[in-house]
Amino acid sequence: MIPLSYFLILSIILFVLGAIAFFVKRDLITQFMAIEIMFSAANLAILAFAKAATSLDGQIIVFFVITVAAAEAAVGLAIILLIFRQKKTIKSEDIKLMKG
Amino acid sequence: MAHFLFFLLAIICIASVLGMIISKDQAYNALFLIVAFVCMGGLFALLEAPFIAAVQIIIYAGAIMILFIFVIMMINLRKGVGPEKKRWTVYFAVVIAFVLIAELVLTVKGTLEPISSAAVEKLGNPTDLGRLLFTKYLYPFEITSILIIAALVGAIVLVKKRDKE
Repeated sequence: MIPLSYFLILSIILFVLGAIAFFVKRDLITQFMAIEIMFSAANLAILAFAKAATSLDGQIIVFFVITVAAAEAAVGLAIILLIFRQKKTIKSEDIKLMKG
Repeated sequence: MAHFLFFLLAIICIASVLGMIISKDQAYNALFLIVAFVCMGGLFALLEAPFIAAVQIIIYAGAIMILFIFVIMMINLRKGVGPEKKRWTVYFAVVIAFVLIAELVLTVKGTLEPISSAAVEKLGNPTDLGRLLFTKYLYPFEITSILIIAALVGAIVLVKKRDKE
């Protein structure tokens, strides 16, 4: 029987690593992967709490999160592909059109 | 046995995420991420959620990462990402990481006392999950299908090459 705190600590570590990866990395695709890591870390925490509360609803929430993440990944990657076609770069520091 | 599995999966998961941070190559990053997601699926299975574990491995490690690898293949940067210009984001990341750790630990600290969990029969039984999904959560389930169709059509329309007239 693994204590709940182990899972929560692992979830914190993974979430923070995902945030670090998002800021350290410079290309859009890897930053997008970092977001997926943070999704999964949050899912881990939800499942740990769901087990502690002995409830099935947490698993349903995680199921919906995974489904929506799949949809989000498809649209996000399409947008990255469009940016690459127009600007010939996927480095996030080269995309500063909003700055004027 | 469960402890051993937990620590094995946790170490592999953290190591592959660290590998993703260190590695420069996007294709390697994607492969590291697949390892991390498969380990995460194992952890989900340890949490008595076998169906979610299968979904995690099929959708994340399968579908989403294949999508990533396709896009990496289509973008096909010959010379990699290149050197970084702005170094301040690294320090910013460290600061953010410490703030985030402090915040999350403070939040979680209240829950660290062991909760007296009653002995449950099979928690993550896929039959119960499916029944719940089609009774209590029927509307969210159907709305999700609309969302996926919208995302699919949107992605196709975005990426489609328009013929020049």
